[in-house]
Amino acid sequence: MTAATPLSTGRRPPAGTSRNRRGRVGWLFVGPFMAVFALVFLAPICYSLYLSFFRDQLVGGTSFVGLDNFQRAFEDDQFWSALGRVAVFLAVQVPVMLGLALLVALALDSGRLYGKSFFRISVFLPYAVPAVVATLMWGFIYGTRFGLVGNINDALGVSLPDPLSPSLVLASIGNIVTWEFIGYNMLIFYSALRVVPKSLYEAAEIDGAGQWRIIAAVKIPAIRGALVIATIFSVIGSFQLFNEPSILQSLAPNAITTYFTPNLYTFTLSFSGRQQNYAATVSLVMGVVTMIIAYAVQLRGMRKEA
Amino acid sequence: MSAPPFTAPPRSRRTNHRAPASRRAPRRRRTADRPRRSVVLTVLMGLTALYALLPLAWLVINATKTQKNLLDSFGLWFSGDFALWDNISQTLTYDDGIFVRWFLNTLLYVVVGAGGATFLAVLGGYGLAKFDFTGKRAVFATVIGAVAVPATALAVPTFLMFSKMGLTNTPWAVIIPSLISPFGLYLMWVFAAEAVPTELLEAARVDGSGELRTFFQVALPLLTPGIVTVLLFTMVQTWNNYFLPLIMIKDPDWYPLTLGLNAWNQQASTAGGQPVFNLVITGALLTIVPLVAAFLLLQRYWQSGLAAGSVKG
Amino acid sequence: MRTMTRRAMRGVGLLCAAALSLTACGSSDDSGSDKAVSGGDLRAALREGGSITVWAWEPTLKQVVTDFQKEYPKVKVKLVNAGTGNDQYTALQNAVQAGSGVPDVAQVEYYALGQFALGKSLEDLSRYGADKFKDAYSPGPWNAVTVDDAVYALPMDSGPMALFYNKKVLDKHQIATPTTWDEYLEAARALHAADPKAYIANDTGDAGFTTSMIWQAGGTPFKTRDTNVTVDLTNDKGVVAFTKVWQKLIDEKLLAPISSWSDEWYKGLADGTIATLATGAWMPANFVSGVEGASGDWRAAALPQWKKGEEVSSENGGSSLAVMKASKNKDLAYAFNEYANHSEGVQARLEGGAFPATTADLSSPTFLEQTFPYFGGQKANEIFARSATQVPEEWSYLPYQVYANSVFNDSVGKAYVSDTKLIDGLKAWQKAAVDYGTEQGFDVNK
Repeated sequence: MTAATPLSTGRRPPAGTSRNRRGRVGWLFVGPFMAVFALVFLAPICYSLYLSFFRDQLVGGTSFVGLDNFQRAFEDDQFWSALGRVAVFLAVQVPVMLGLALLVALALDSGRLYGKSFFRISVFLPYAVPAVVATLMWGFIYGTRFGLVGNINDALGVSLPDPLSPSLVLASIGNIVTWEFIGYNMLIFYSALRVVPKSLYEAAEIDGAGQWRIIAAVKIPAIRGALVIATIFSVIGSFQLFNEPSILQSLAPNAITTYFTPNLYTFTLSFSGRQQNYAATVSLVMGVVTMIIAYAVQLRGMRKEA
Repeated sequence: MSAPPFTAPPRSRRTNHRAPASRRAPRRRRTADRPRRSVVLTVLMGLTALYALLPLAWLVINATKTQKNLLDSFGLWFSGDFALWDNISQTLTYDDGIFVRWFLNTLLYVVVGAGGATFLAVLGGYGLAKFDFTGKRAVFATVIGAVAVPATALAVPTFLMFSKMGLTNTPWAVIIPSLISPFGLYLMWVFAAEAVPTELLEAARVDGSGELRTFFQVALPLLTPGIVTVLLFTMVQTWNNYFLPLIMIKDPDWYPLTLGLNAWNQQASTAGGQPVFNLVITGALLTIVPLVAAFLLLQRYWQSGLAAGSVKG
Repeated sequence: MRTMTRRAMRGVGLLCAAALSLTACGSSDDSGSDKAVSGGDLRAALREGGSITVWAWEPTLKQVVTDFQKEYPKVKVKLVNAGTGNDQYTALQNAVQAGSGVPDVAQVEYYALGQFALGKSLEDLSRYGADKFKDAYSPGPWNAVTVDDAVYALPMDSGPMALFYNKKVLDKHQIATPTTWDEYLEAARALHAADPKAYIANDTGDAGFTTSMIWQAGGTPFKTRDTNVTVDLTNDKGVVAFTKVWQKLIDEKLLAPISSWSDEWYKGLADGTIATLATGAWMPANFVSGVEGASGDWRAAALPQWKKGEEVSSENGGSSLAVMKASKNKDLAYAFNEYANHSEGVQARLEGGAFPATTADLSSPTFLEQTFPYFGGQKANEIFARSATQVPEEWSYLPYQVYANSVFNDSVGKAYVSDTKLIDGLKAWQKAAVDYGTEQGFDVNK
């Protein structure tokens, strides 16, 4: 305590005016970011909110409908089924992806690998592939007739289930997303592990603790911050799942409905269905849900740390 | 005090920041009592690498096939004539060389968009880390909150707004939204908090240096590894941007590569259209190559940038 | 902060420049809106010149634009591929709503015209005298572009249906070309039994194909009078006929689960996995460019019939060019449209492989006698031209068919991948169409 207080008072010139001036300078630095941010994020969100109180019809034009759109969203089975689907996706894909990324990062960090830098770069490479290209590629691979799956079937005389059938398509999308982002998350974890002070686990090693014990007791707690932030961005990513299902849709039109994910649903509503007002409403509801989950992840991450 | 809400207050770990020189020290120590290398672990990692590389191998292999060959040969091995060079020259010249135009567009979007995004994130992150001002806590909460709203939702309102400003169908419609990188802001915040010692700034101020000069002459050099990291992230993002240009840009002359490739892919599905899957695949390969090259060239920098506590709580 | 300010200034400068160039684009504003325009006025407009933007994905228009600009050097036509089908409609809708960036001319498929006409986004071309073109076009396309007395677009091409079949595959298994849909079912069974890897056709549920089949079977599931809409996808006679045969094809797994236009589809057409294809007469161009490997294997035949001995066909696909109401240069826009679809441009497009909607071309000897090396020298146009005259005229689409088609697979698609029956899938599609129509302010099924 005594160490901290002098730092905050002693450092600054005593005059209060200077503090105000410095505050303004602070805004000067943050200002440009916030100005553009307001234009491309806040303004459209406010506009969406405004739109959500109206309805635009092919016959009859635009009319004010109050909270009708919100009421409709809460009673909309398609919306809730989409939300349920990404919730399942979130519950399964995110832990698998982050778990694998963490294992790879730990393996790289352990120093027990041959050819470490080769592995590091090769696991990371898929991140450089645009989602559009990645999905096209996997789409070709998933083909049961002429794709790789089909080739395996022919070569081995087996018949693998169709990865694009309704029961498997979510898992297949999960695979694409995992493939794309495993390296990205791995690198975040790996970088965080690199700077865990060696002294922290040297003591444990001397005490004879095994590698798994050191990982569980020292390394993972030390990179909790990185784990939390990676989880939050993955949660947001899962809830916004769009590119992969939308591009695969042309290959699996009956497995991927137009309300497969909430994002796909709002896209159909506003683009094919010209229901921008309702789409805006659904998106706002979706944004609130995402925020709540992200906040919960953060709280949980923080509590553990305390 | 200056840490964003998601992390513990950054401990002072100055020794770790100055990469790569100082990072070598612990590494060398580790070499002394280096753990035994494990074949089992390497094999397991090998499987992971195989998983990561297999689709890329597929892409490379199929970029060597002609349109006809593509449809009647085994996907994971070479077949027929080696048509890679021919495919590349076709990709570059097809439709009056539009691919080159798309490539240059993408370059423009990346240079201005990712460059600008990095610049704004560095300024903002530094401001958040090194100054106290009212509303500071609200800034990050707002940013994260806004990011949670689905992008597709914002697409139509943004389109209508931009349209009223006359920005749609111009490069600005792609560039302006890509100027914002919330993750970049976060990275720079944490990074600046640790990498720029407040004492150094105070010393500069005492010497009579203005805030801007202090920023450019004192802080910026210290921030370089972080900047490279953010630049690479924003570059990847802008390079791979798909959804936004899809809505904003209707003139193929302003397409980025991703949209262009998708348009070629769709060409197979129109009456009278010519399927050019071989060009789609070769084009995809050509799209990835520059990014991979950038990774390899800059990996030393940006890994140290990340490692220097930037994403560490 | 100096750098920032300069950056910002430069940005503003560029924005202004962009805005200026946008407003400057639409040069000569034309006069009154409903006034009749004579041929002389059009010629004057062409002499005066100006620039127009055309949104279209039809590849043959490229040549037309070149020819047009050579003929009228003062007119600049910017041809933009703003996406195919639904992508372009979305963009068009957005532009209309935003009130800026609307092209002067847009390609619109027949099934989507109603939506834009109803939204009052399209110019009525009858004031240019286009209402006198009735006899110039075959009945299917002409019905599609007209609502009462208004003409909302000029037909660009048409898709009278035919059955394309892989003769090599059918001959190998000694299967006769089916002439009725019942024979088609038999052929499907025989083929799949002879070669479990071969299928009579691919189908994963396609709204355009399904509605075309119902059309051929004499169905009229969609009816619109002003804002009163009727949707009947359960008892309509066309629906009943179609589902009776198609349900069997699905149940017996005789349809290859390959989506049209995918790379697997092209492979399947080339290697004999997919033995027949019932689709529009625009298909030959795609065969030549996309299924090179099977050149000589395929032939065209008349569409199989629902009742033996009848001669009824249907339309699949095809599109038109419309002049947008928001265009600042409608006279030029119309002049281009007429050039491309009614006069000189038609020939250039036919040479590019397009299938005409113009009766003069459909009955011209050179057109009819053209041989197709791809189809083993067959005079396929005779079959297509005949088909064009056999299309039932009562058909109409929903005024919001674009949306309805976009959600087709949500409901009907289930019949292809689960135990859901086709008729129940169509029932669910009907419900979606009714709900959406009601939501949009129509009186549906009242």
